[in-house]
Amino acid sequence: MISIRNVSHAIHGAPILHDISLDLPRGGVTALIGPNGAGKSTLLSLIARLVKLQSGAISVDELEVGKAADRVLAQHLAIMPQSLTVSARLRVGELVMMGRYPWHQGRPGAEDREIIAAALAKFALEPLRDRFLDALSGGQRQRALVAMAYAQGTDYLLLDEPLNNLDIAASRHLMGLLREMAEREGKSIVIVLHDINYAAAFADRIVVMSGGRVAADGAPGEIVNDGLLRDVFDTNAEVRLIDGKPVVLV
Amino acid sequence: MPVAVILLALAALASLSLFVGAIDMSPADLWRDPEALRLMLVSRLPRTLAAMLAGASLAVTGQIMQVLARNRFVEPMTAGAGQSAALGILAATLFVPGAPVWIKMLIAAGATLIGSVGLLLMIRRLPPTQPLLVPLVALVYGGVIGAAVTFVAYQGDMLQFVQIWLTGELSGVLQGRYELLWIAGGVALGTWFIADRVTVLALGDAAGRALGVNVAAVTAAGLAAISLVTALTVVTLGAISFIGLVVPNLVSRLIGDNLRAGLPLTASLGALLVLGADMLGRVVRMPYEIPASAMTGVIGAALFLALILREPKHG
Repeated sequence: MISIRNVSHAIHGAPILHDISLDLPRGGVTALIGPNGAGKSTLLSLIARLVKLQSGAISVDELEVGKAADRVLAQHLAIMPQSLTVSARLRVGELVMMGRYPWHQGRPGAEDREIIAAALAKFALEPLRDRFLDALSGGQRQRALVAMAYAQGTDYLLLDEPLNNLDIAASRHLMGLLREMAEREGKSIVIVLHDINYAAAFADRIVVMSGGRVAADGAPGEIVNDGLLRDVFDTNAEVRLIDGKPVVLV
Repeated sequence: MPVAVILLALAALASLSLFVGAIDMSPADLWRDPEALRLMLVSRLPRTLAAMLAGASLAVTGQIMQVLARNRFVEPMTAGAGQSAALGILAATLFVPGAPVWIKMLIAAGATLIGSVGLLLMIRRLPPTQPLLVPLVALVYGGVIGAAVTFVAYQGDMLQFVQIWLTGELSGVLQGRYELLWIAGGVALGTWFIADRVTVLALGDAAGRALGVNVAAVTAAGLAAISLVTALTVVTLGAISFIGLVVPNLVSRLIGDNLRAGLPLTASLGALLVLGADMLGRVVRMPYEIPASAMTGVIGAALFLALILREPKHG
């Protein structure tokens, strides 16, 4: 379980998060949504200790963020940061192998290679294995980055807007893979999304953030409605139920 | 295999280098003439080794610098590290003239470290959307420190010495006067142990931390390696620029940025370039010599222009 207790955060004096307390239990797909500047990415970065905690406490299972060793935490929790641009000229296989770093510490063994092969197969990257990242399309590159986070072999997987720059086919494919990882491998996935419809279609639970606070929290069917869009997103869009799932008419 | 080809070329060039110089000498002379053997051991062999050691270590640390700076267009020698090394050795010569060489060398390395940290602190604040700002700022920074070197040297009446440190050349390399470069070679070889972690840092500090890499320690180790190699080269041969810039870019183009896998290629290509530059400098105006740094400047600039002009859109 990821447990967040009384976390507040400010950047250059501007408050971003206000006293957030939230439990994200093991398993399933949790989507973090909210308008721009709501603090979703900051919260994700704090959980993944990419940003130093200012007040409050966060723990991942028994590991306390900020106290646990980076390497140990890296064996429990992986993150794909928002719009990670890789300027280095690396091959897809090399990039995905980097995800194994917390385990092999620079000396990959047979087990690491097996896991890499499995990750490449899962994300349909085998034919691209020896291609340089700068010779890939945006969607392929995004897939390679998610494969790298997956190869890290952690129980928790945090993804910050992985659907950026992806077309509809690539988006649905990636969300389907994440769904499958949660169901078959028992992974706990926390994902920041912009598109409420993707969140409603693929997530078990949606946490809505607004102005640095948790505005709503629950199953998609319970919380996605006209009122949420009006109050939190400040837009008058209609929500209809299709096959029991809420769909925002844009 | 590019490495095998380069190593073969390097071996051929090194053997040739032993017999190229102001004094004519053939392999057969080594058996007949004890004076020829002495020339070989005291001058030609040290000179050849010095060129290869300097070239290999400058290329390897240039690549580390480019990862730490997240920019392909900087190299320690022109970006303040080379000038800081000259400033350090100048200060050592002025204030502790009687100190042994290795003390002066450590002072130079310390000054280089401060200079490199200063550069990193400055360029990390530059907007990442403007990649060309980094080499520009680095050049200005190097120029400012270089100006300080000239000013101090002028005041201390030491301008001739400064010229020696700022112009790398190998005609003065003799047995007993180049051995510090073995340490530079050792440092470059030692970076093999942090190479994989440096490659992870190429994804950014955040990605490095997410993968459990001790970002501060790896950055510090990389900077220490850069400073030692730069200072050792400046103290022994003088500043040799362009190697740390051109070789990493060439290697990146050939096999990519996986530092550990690329290390043998980077090192041998650097050795090949400096040795080739020194040999050219020996023969174009025989019996006079052109400094190796002038030759690397010419060769490096040509290579770099060719690289830039062939740069694909997503470089």
